[in-house]
Amino acid sequence: MDFTFTEDQLLFQASTREFLTGEVTPARIRAGWESPDGRDPALWQQLAELGLTGITVAEEFGGLGMNELDFVLLAQECGYVALPEPLVNTALVSVPLLQQLGGELAASWLPRVATGEARVLAGIEQNLLVEDAHVADLLLLQHGDAWYALAPEQVELRRNESVDPSRRLYAVAIKPGAEPVASGQQAAALTLAALDRGALGCAAQALGLAQRMVDMAVSYSSDRQQFGKPIGSFQAVKHLMANVAVRLEYARAPVHRAACSVANAEAVASRAVSHAKLMACEAANLAAKHSIQVHGAMGYTWEVDLHIFMKKAWALANTWGDTAFHKGRIADYIFNDGAELGAGTTFR
Amino acid sequence: MDLAYTAKQQAFREEIRQWLAAHVPAQPLQSFDTAEGFAQHRQWEAVLNEGRWGMVTWPEEFGGRGCDLIDWLIFEEEYYRARAPLRVNQNGIFLLGPTLMEYGTDEQKARILPKMACGEEVWAQGWSEPNAGSDMAAIRARADLKGDRYIINGQKIWSTRAVWADWLFGMFRTDPESSRHHGLTFILVPLSTPGITVRPIPQLDGRPGFAEVFFDDVEVAVENRLGDEGAGWQVAMATAGFERGLMLRSPARFQETARRLVELYRANRTAADGDPGVKDAVMRAWLDAESYCLATYQTACRLGKGGKIGAESSTNKIFWSELDQTMHATAMNILGARAELLPHAPDAAGVGGWLDGWLFSQSGPIYAGTNEIQRNIIAERMLGMPR
Repeated sequence: MDFTFTEDQLLFQASTREFLTGEVTPARIRAGWESPDGRDPALWQQLAELGLTGITVAEEFGGLGMNELDFVLLAQECGYVALPEPLVNTALVSVPLLQQLGGELAASWLPRVATGEARVLAGIEQNLLVEDAHVADLLLLQHGDAWYALAPEQVELRRNESVDPSRRLYAVAIKPGAEPVASGQQAAALTLAALDRGALGCAAQALGLAQRMVDMAVSYSSDRQQFGKPIGSFQAVKHLMANVAVRLEYARAPVHRAACSVANAEAVASRAVSHAKLMACEAANLAAKHSIQVHGAMGYTWEVDLHIFMKKAWALANTWGDTAFHKGRIADYIFNDGAELGAGTTFR
Repeated sequence: MDLAYTAKQQAFREEIRQWLAAHVPAQPLQSFDTAEGFAQHRQWEAVLNEGRWGMVTWPEEFGGRGCDLIDWLIFEEEYYRARAPLRVNQNGIFLLGPTLMEYGTDEQKARILPKMACGEEVWAQGWSEPNAGSDMAAIRARADLKGDRYIINGQKIWSTRAVWADWLFGMFRTDPESSRHHGLTFILVPLSTPGITVRPIPQLDGRPGFAEVFFDDVEVAVENRLGDEGAGWQVAMATAGFERGLMLRSPARFQETARRLVELYRANRTAADGDPGVKDAVMRAWLDAESYCLATYQTACRLGKGGKIGAESSTNKIFWSELDQTMHATAMNILGARAELLPHAPDAAGVGGWLDGWLFSQSGPIYAGTNEIQRNIIAERMLGMPR
């Protein structure tokens, strides 16, 4: 029983954090809102040079060959800066999908994902829309009981604007003539795995987003003076933030456990992911609710950066499985015969 | 990260499970807040100690097994699964014990710990005073050093277990010129000492689970001082840290409550689903109890590798106390009109221990430092908000 991260994993987290907080500033995110496709090829290339686009790509294809557990702390850092680039979905969803599909598809695309030359993105019907489909050189798409690997010319995209201007969402229609790359049971397994990995990515980012919003509200409340003192010295304000800190503290371990479960393909992985996502997204939503309150009217403005993080948190809570889906998975387990509940069952 | 138990840990679990199966009393003991129940629980502590299960994390020389925190969590899991009796000496073994390990002299450890481990000496707390509750630094009870004895005068209140306990540990003002958290000293007091009056205070259930303790020229030998004179605050803070931390309320207790809540819901599902919020509340209880377990294992592993527990331990106390309250509130809603019935009432079928638990859960956000104080600590020391 060892529930700690290695020194290497923690160092990688620290260096990634340093890079991301330095490069992915709110100003750069806002600049992305004004650009035609909302994405930042220069930043993507920087991420590739750090090995991050290929972090889960096998070493034989030029990647770092790391797993979900190695990546989960980095995904938290992506959340902390509200990284608009699709790094989390690439590392946790697209690359594992390619590796599961294997063969020529994996051999030809994975090396280019690792170098940053190509973007491979994935979508499942449960998500309604596909994030960043417009910049995908290859789209992995679940449709009905089949998966397709599609070039840009094989699809038609229809943009749907999100409350979060960083999120670029597309309805994707497959043009006639495409052949599935997986179907039947294999496709169903791929869909489940993609959903779990996508949800894990949301959960990890939600932890980072929550921490960021707490940090912003603490900082604001330490500076902002009313009644002759910082508003953060008032108990009513303190306790709002303390409540977030409590929920966040108890959301972390479930996310780390889920990452470990997914990495080891444990039987409990799907349940662990749903648990993690519910806890982490709830913490992030609470962070948003209390942080805007602490910011007062300033928090309701476009100008103050808080909404960059709030809107992402709101969106993540209902993507890669909405709360109904994830609560449903938990309820299906605990309210049925055969559930192992109570003390001593957590790590079975 | 490797979230599997080692073979040694699994064998340890099996050993406890078998021992408990053979030794846990078939009939539940009476409440330890009754004279008879207190004696029963004291006897149970002796049985536990004979099996060397009294306090597994203690060194072997004091009756323990030198176990690490993961073993401790495993022990607790099996203990609660087996529905073994609550620990009547919890103030001693969970709070004072670890503090003695850190601050006690060799003589004190050898004198006090073995008798604590076997239940021969049961401990009460003596911290709060009528005007020193959340504001613990306002303590006024005096201890004046005269020769080799402290002369104690004053009053303590809310002393858990003091009605039948043998000893009390507490904080007293040894420097009359001092104020706030300076000039306080941590002293261990035999409750049989002349000059002590213990006045029981009935709790919500009508039983005297705590007491007022009056000190009138009570003489205590100086060797019962824990830590240096004037260092009581630091020593007490160490105790508070343990209290909020892993020992007093391990996850197993709440996981078992969550499991029972799921069972209660399933057994009453048709009626319970009339309130659409109940199912969600039951599910959240399970999620939170599991989260508490996961976070505790993560902390235990971190501490095992030399990490320190800091202000984040205040999140722990808020989390489990509010979870406990919410779980019992949900159970009361499921029980509906039966919820108010005492267990022995003729029509109280299926009510079980929920009412007792509900009453006790009301105290969780209050004792061991109110949750408001914990929130201040989190905001100021963990988040760095201005004072």
